[in-house]
Amino acid sequence: MDVVVCMKQIPDLQQIRIKERRPVLESVPLVWGDLDKNAMEEAVKVKEKLGDVKITVVAMGSDKLQQGILEPLAMGADEAVLLTDPAFAGSDSMGTAKVLAKAIEKIGSYDLIILAEGSTDNYSGIVASALAELLNLPEITYVRELEVEDGKVKAVRNMEESFEVIQADLPALVTVAQEINEPRLPKFMAIRKAGAKPRHEWGPDDIGLSSDEVGQNALRVETVSNLAPEQDRKNVMLGGDLAEQIDALVDALIKEGVLGR
Amino acid sequence: MSEILVYSDIDGTAFELVSAAKEFAQELGATVSVALLGEGAGGKAEEYFSYGADRAYVSEHPALSDFYVGTFAEGLRQIAESGDVEFVLLGSSKRGKELAGRLAQKLNAGAITDANAVRVRDGNLEAGRYSYGGNTVASQVIATAKKVISVMPKTFELGAKEANQGEVVNVDLDLADPPVKVVERREKAGDQVNLEEAEVLICVGRGVQAKEDLAMIEELAGQLGAEIGCTKTPASDWEWFSEERMVGLSGKKCKPSLYISIGISGQIQHTVGIVDSKIIVTVNKDDKAPIFNITDYGIVGDYANVVPALNEKLKSV
Repeated sequence: MDVVVCMKQIPDLQQIRIKERRPVLESVPLVWGDLDKNAMEEAVKVKEKLGDVKITVVAMGSDKLQQGILEPLAMGADEAVLLTDPAFAGSDSMGTAKVLAKAIEKIGSYDLIILAEGSTDNYSGIVASALAELLNLPEITYVRELEVEDGKVKAVRNMEESFEVIQADLPALVTVAQEINEPRLPKFMAIRKAGAKPRHEWGPDDIGLSSDEVGQNALRVETVSNLAPEQDRKNVMLGGDLAEQIDALVDALIKEGVLGR
Repeated sequence: MSEILVYSDIDGTAFELVSAAKEFAQELGATVSVALLGEGAGGKAEEYFSYGADRAYVSEHPALSDFYVGTFAEGLRQIAESGDVEFVLLGSSKRGKELAGRLAQKLNAGAITDANAVRVRDGNLEAGRYSYGGNTVASQVIATAKKVISVMPKTFELGAKEANQGEVVNVDLDLADPPVKVVERREKAGDQVNLEEAEVLICVGRGVQAKEDLAMIEELAGQLGAEIGCTKTPASDWEWFSEERMVGLSGKKCKPSLYISIGISGQIQHTVGIVDSKIIVTVNKDDKAPIFNITDYGIVGDYANVVPALNEKLKSV
């Protein structure tokens, strides 16, 4: 069985600083999104259970992937496809889905495709659904429990009002929720061995696209601005001893009209 | 005349979107349509008209009896392409979000999900959404002929209902049975809290380290008529709370009049869920906690002293 996991590196969100309302991204290291690791972990669990499974990780991003890809390979992926061509840079979600779809078609055999339910930085959830449409696959999102057996998948989805138990035939595309598993931390030896696993680097030509059809040239969504929100909070720190602080707080809340409504 | 097509699996959200779409339509010179899909959906048309919809596309096709994203996306595609739909506004529920990408691909459209602001700009709709994990807000426009935007619930106020006539269009959709089957629905256990509706919200973070301290916080909540929410750690790691009470990027987005944070450092993943609060109060012993930057009234101190003192004081107010 062939499992494909699509993952994305993001800037470490805890290290982004804001300067004059702009995010400062220089020197912020790239990391794998937590949810993307859940996706890889689930693929590895399927492999551990079923045995005869090949996992291919597909990632689009910068040349920092050369190093970064060692982590999913060490977690248990067998092979990697890297889409690091500069032509892909600046893709929006629909553009990303198109490139991933072409790469997966080139891989050729896929029974199960796993992604995060959203990327950890933007959480837009668009890529997986667009990818399922492009590959004409059944789609099961927000999955918290997954069973794969005999060409079928059974999944429990975490919806707003209920847990939905779903069955479908493979091939299918699944997106995972954070609670589905606890991603493993690869061991040092596994990371060393990961360097020897096969890697492919494909540019637009390799997957049947021209440079005009990808990245900045294929944007369907334009970002007009991207700034830290302005905030106009009062920033009053209540001083004095505890009793004075409490009195001042209650007075302030009464004045604001937010107590005793 | 171009159309704005509204659909949400949650009627309350769809009514909000219709109310807003009515205003956008005036500025854009467009009309407002809604898609009513599934068994019995046609019966809702009058209520949608009363919020300002001009037209209701109705299909009770048997393939729509259970929500499957691919089938609903295909139904909406057929509706959008038969009419003159330029904008599709979806509710950003879980089902609405998954619809967005799939429908956009079918329409060769661009998509924006989780918009928390939408406005008319140069004959287009501009949407705001969080980016970089909530560190920034991106303003985006869609450049394709058709445009798909999913909008967070409560982004728009529900408009007043008015007597309004609309046109019911019964559409004959060509749909196959879904390739996935729902074999069971397990209702979520007990904790049916609706934090999004709370007027007063107290959130608990990892600074509250002893579960027995929740008693004093529950007492405070009782006095204030507050709901209790939390950050990620107390819910998913400590399991003190159900996931229904998690507030932030991967949880609820709340707009209470009064929000009180207890033992919360203020990581962006939580604060995006409460930035729209009217008044933010913070209790934290670390005066450098980032949450103080977005606080109206802050007390630097140990919640274990502050909360009981506040409880006492409130008894006399």
